[in-house]
Amino acid sequence: MNYGRMLLQLLEGLSYSISIFCWTLFFSLPLGLLVALCRMSKFTVLKQLARFCISVLRGTPLMLQLFLVFYGPYYIFKMPLTDTYRFLAVIIGFSVNYAAYFAEIYRAGIEAIPLGQYEAAQVLGYSRTQTFFKIIVPQVVKRILPPVTNEVITLVKDTSLAFTLTIPEMFSVARQWSSARTTMIPLIAAGVFYYVFNFLVAMLMERFEKYLNYYR
Amino acid sequence: MTQLNLNKAPVLHIEHLSKSFDNLTVLKDISLDVHQGEVVSIIGPSGSGKSTLLRCCTLLETMTSGMLAFGDTIVCQSAARDTKQYASPETLRLVRQKFGLVFQNFNLFPHWSVMKNIIDAPISVQKRDKNEVIHDAELLLQKMGLADRGDYYPFQLSGGQQQRVSIARALINNPEILFFDEPTSALDPELTGEILKVIRDLAAEHMTMVIVTHEIEFARNVSDRVIFMAEGVIVEQGPANDVILHPTQERTRTFLANMRNK
Repeated sequence: MNYGRMLLQLLEGLSYSISIFCWTLFFSLPLGLLVALCRMSKFTVLKQLARFCISVLRGTPLMLQLFLVFYGPYYIFKMPLTDTYRFLAVIIGFSVNYAAYFAEIYRAGIEAIPLGQYEAAQVLGYSRTQTFFKIIVPQVVKRILPPVTNEVITLVKDTSLAFTLTIPEMFSVARQWSSARTTMIPLIAAGVFYYVFNFLVAMLMERFEKYLNYYR
Repeated sequence: MTQLNLNKAPVLHIEHLSKSFDNLTVLKDISLDVHQGEVVSIIGPSGSGKSTLLRCCTLLETMTSGMLAFGDTIVCQSAARDTKQYASPETLRLVRQKFGLVFQNFNLFPHWSVMKNIIDAPISVQKRDKNEVIHDAELLLQKMGLADRGDYYPFQLSGGQQQRVSIARALINNPEILFFDEPTSALDPELTGEILKVIRDLAAEHMTMVIVTHEIEFARNVSDRVIFMAEGVIVEQGPANDVILHPTQERTRTFLANMRNK
């Protein structure tokens, strides 16, 4: 077995995994805030809609959601299945799914801020937007960091689900090598890569948490 | 005692103020004037509506009917029974600069230093000159005995120190009137003294103040006038010594007796 070639291909796969990871965070972190704000909206329709979406996204397998996003347009609109859309479907599926989880984390964080903070801001004359971005958000970020770290670590591992849409990410590569040569080594190597990836992610998040420890 | 200038519009003017939550009436037909330099304490059992009255005055709560004015600025008025008309948001924004509020739980912003807590609103809301605000804040911190605490974060301070910061924050825009909502209730007994001293010093400088408190002796010492509230109405009011030492109403006597026996 050519280990050099295997490692090279695994790293190529890893670059897909990293790409899925980054794009998903890029879209789902802000999208989650939007969903959280809808979920806490005074408008019942918007609130119930957000609630329903979160419930479905959290209550069904991500793998199934990925299939729906990819094959849905083909069955409904007869849209041709291209490789560009294959990758796009993965990003859409992951982003929407993770946004639902982040939305609930944000909501819990926002609701944990004492009412007195809003009242003090109001008396001092801050506008609602100023209050939200200057006073509420920084405190929410600190509170939600541990659960967000959890989700981010899960996401690293979840990127392997992209294999269901035959994206050549690291897990798919490892599986192919493994079944073609009946050996566990590629899978173990992939496992090591996932672990290192997550180790770095956790370290980064911990640093950020420490940085925010300047206040309680 | 302060000489009242009755020709000038009162700093705070409340007329026939009522407030209900759903079907529960918590304030019934309250009328009250506070004049320049006057210190008014509001005492009464919990649920008497004294905190709600303070919250209506500071626009944290909207009244159901009645009139509220700060000096010449009308905040809210009633044309007819059970109606109200609040001033424009622009007026309300300006009126918020006329008063300060000190909360029971301080409500400092924990992610900001002491200095930032005091100076941020004047700079980013009232758009005052930054250097001038910092200068004022340093003087205020000095006055509060916290000159060396500007760079500290609220969690590094004792409850009494945090409350003094929040008083400085309430004073930074030179309000015409300062409201206190049970300023010592969240403090350990040995820390209440330092807050009462600060309020006493402010009284000596003729700061106009309305203080909701459970500290009866303090109310008697510091106030020009004491108001006793129960069940949403003003039961009795008058010079501090009269109301607390020689109450005329049975309800007031019962309350004061209960407070003494604690």
